[in-house]
Amino acid sequence: MSGLVLKGVSREFGPVKAVNDVDLEVPNGRFVCLLGPSGCGKTTLLRMIAGLDVPTAGSISIDGEDITRLPTHKRNLGMVFQSLALFPHLTVGGNIAYALRIRGLSREEQAHRVEELLALVHLPGYADRAVSKLSGGQRQRVAIARALAVSPRLFLLDEPLSALDAKLREAMQVELRQLQQQLGITTIVVTHDQREAMTMADTVIVMQGGEIRQAASPVEIYRKPADTFVADFIGSTNLIDIARDGDHVTLLGRQTSVAMPYGVSKATLSVRPEDVELTAPTEDLPEAKITFVRDLGGAIEFFLDAGGTQVIAVTSPRARPEVAIGDRVGLRLDPARSVVLTR
Amino acid sequence: MRREPAHGLAQHLPVIFPGLMLTVFFIVPFGTMVLVSFFRRQQGGFYVPDFVLANYARFLTPFFGNVLAFSLYLAIAVAVVSLIVAVPFTYLIARSRRQTQVIWLVALLSILSLSEVIIGFAWSTLLSRTAGITNLLVRVGLMDAPKALVPGFGAVLTGMVYQAMPYAVLVLYPSMVRLDPTLTEAARTLGASPLKAFFTVVLPALRTTLIATLIMAFIFALGSYLLPQILGRPSHWTLSVLITDQALYQSNMPFAAAMAVFLVLVSLALVTLTMFVGKKLEA
Repeated sequence: MSGLVLKGVSREFGPVKAVNDVDLEVPNGRFVCLLGPSGCGKTTLLRMIAGLDVPTAGSISIDGEDITRLPTHKRNLGMVFQSLALFPHLTVGGNIAYALRIRGLSREEQAHRVEELLALVHLPGYADRAVSKLSGGQRQRVAIARALAVSPRLFLLDEPLSALDAKLREAMQVELRQLQQQLGITTIVVTHDQREAMTMADTVIVMQGGEIRQAASPVEIYRKPADTFVADFIGSTNLIDIARDGDHVTLLGRQTSVAMPYGVSKATLSVRPEDVELTAPTEDLPEAKITFVRDLGGAIEFFLDAGGTQVIAVTSPRARPEVAIGDRVGLRLDPARSVVLTR
Repeated sequence: MRREPAHGLAQHLPVIFPGLMLTVFFIVPFGTMVLVSFFRRQQGGFYVPDFVLANYARFLTPFFGNVLAFSLYLAIAVAVVSLIVAVPFTYLIARSRRQTQVIWLVALLSILSLSEVIIGFAWSTLLSRTAGITNLLVRVGLMDAPKALVPGFGAVLTGMVYQAMPYAVLVLYPSMVRLDPTLTEAARTLGASPLKAFFTVVLPALRTTLIATLIMAFIFALGSYLLPQILGRPSHWTLSVLITDQALYQSNMPFAAAMAVFLVLVSLALVTLTMFVGKKLEA
């Protein structure tokens, strides 16, 4: 198999299992995001791929070559660190040329490649600037250019955009994705920001407690989460208990057409807020009371109390129903757009 | 941020005390020494106010020139060796666990509680023929017969490096601990072996601290006068030894003062040069 393959990779720190028996395949040219809350093992996994940490079990290979114990400096990879780790004693050009200098390229070749890379990250003519004189976004670009200097096999980024402000971060996400597609380089990004992961990745890998909970495309992760953790972590969702009662399934005290897997008596239904429709109260739909309305301009959120369970519904301003706090409404949940989760 | 200039006695009070101490214990004695260095010596250990350059002229003889050159050479050697030993040592403890760091630092700093005399005689025993470490080497079979390593230049250098090391570590440690460990990791992902990363990233990033350490160890070694006498031959005696000799035993205060002033000037010049070179490297 070509590309990066992880088999049964574990990393223990004393009694703590930071990464637990992870299997992962990343085909060449793919953009993968490792997504999860802090302490889920995503950074440890990335560090093992980089060779900065060694697995306590399992193997890592690239294009069939086992690199589990290959030292970092022989792996031919580019990495962007959370702190960026730009060398303070070198100029922008010196930072980018570092990998070339280590490999013994001539000064002319170095200068040529540095200009090429600076053009790539939209910082032409910055080679002689001091790193300390750059803005956050510019440092980010320098760190990316430095990591790409030797056309690495793997491009690894550890929370690369976390130091930037929200607006710049969104712009950089798009730019990073375009850069990756332009170069066709296998890229792995660690992030805790699900928007970031959804924007950039071909494949999102959701991790928790050192294990992979789901690996799929962003849309699939959003539409078909594998379990309640993924459903709750990706975007916001309503997690509503459902139960089998004789021949039919009950949801918030009413019968529903939602189908439950055979042999399961209790499960959780995940419904996205935008898939909850508010109607006039009727006999056959679950009923709820509006407790709070948050009008964000572009979207309106309704907080509802359905017999003790909190449900959130989101509508666009155009589809806004004529309701106010304290009103009783009916909830229409589209079975086709909701997911039954048994874990 | 702009600050209002201080008005009145109350606001100046905090600097008056240190200023006074500096004047009484530094500027006045140093000024006196400069004055005395121009006085004329009288037979019998006295001197009279005057303005003669004879004291400085006497200094410009090959004998004193050689002693000065040796003193500078020794101080530079001590500074360089201390740095070479202290840098890897400090780097390793800065990268270890907090508890390990504390143990090493306490052990190292306890050297500072030893008096120079004890250090001198301990080393002269350790390097002697009868009870020294060469006996161990003979036991192990690396040497044929025990040998006296003292007195000699190596012994002087060893003793003084031993003394200067804790200070060097103290200057290096804060910067080494603060140095972002991901800098080395970044260098490794870019293709540098750990050793290469150390020389191309860690040392250049710490350049200012390294120069500060060098200057500190140099000045420290320049003032040493006990260890060269305990561990060295007369040819290893430093200018400080001669100054003491002139001041205390020959009772020639003006000449001792002239030598001291000269030593201060030369070391100031060297320190300035080192800082200038450091600035050049930075640019």
